[in-house]
Amino acid sequence: MSAMTNGKLTDRARAATSLAMQGDCKARRFARMAVVALVPLGLAGCITVNAPEEPIVIELNVNIRQEVIYRLAEDAGNTIEENADIF
Amino acid sequence: MDDMMTKRISKGLLAGVAIATAIGGLATPAFAQRDPAYAAARSAGQVGEKMDGYLGIVGASTPELQRLVNDINIKRRAVYAERAKATNATLEEYALTAGCQAILATSPGEKYQAPSGSWETRTSAPPMRDSRCP
Repeated sequence: MSAMTNGKLTDRARAATSLAMQGDCKARRFARMAVVALVPLGLAGCITVNAPEEPIVIELNVNIRQEVIYRLAEDAGNTIEENADIF
Repeated sequence: MDDMMTKRISKGLLAGVAIATAIGGLATPAFAQRDPAYAAARSAGQVGEKMDGYLGIVGASTPELQRLVNDINIKRRAVYAERAKATNATLEEYALTAGCQAILATSPGEKYQAPSGSWETRTSAPPMRDSRCP
């Protein structure tokens, strides 16, 4: 009876050869640490993706403002002429 | 009777507004002259036109120069704010545009700020301005 149970148990799973399979505490800790170490790497990846977006935004601002400047140019010219005492 | 009254009142109001406009138009000198101290500082190159639409001190600052520049810049800011509101622009946008125009309007010998930030003396050649200037 006891021999049969043992045989079934060893047949179902592979023999516990690796440290992790043996339930070694150090191995489990190492695996956990590896996962934790990967998390910041993932975050760092996000930051490097965000960085190139910034110059694009600035460039858009430049374009918008140039359009605005062209629109305001005539009015600003008149303002300077009408307020010659402070220009 | 009520209609007559309203008509009379509105006619009176219209006439008042017309008179006020006429007087206002006459009272505001269309082309006021620069203050002599400002004109002198300007032609001496002590003050110059900045890119941002305001006046700046070119060389060493004195309390007198600082007062003069502050006074003019406060007045300019008020004008910019009013016109920016009227043209649906921001104060900075309007001031920058006015800076473009003010630098263009400098006379030879006067100082202006180039895009690099350095002070330049205006010559008969076109001034060095921001690439966005019209």
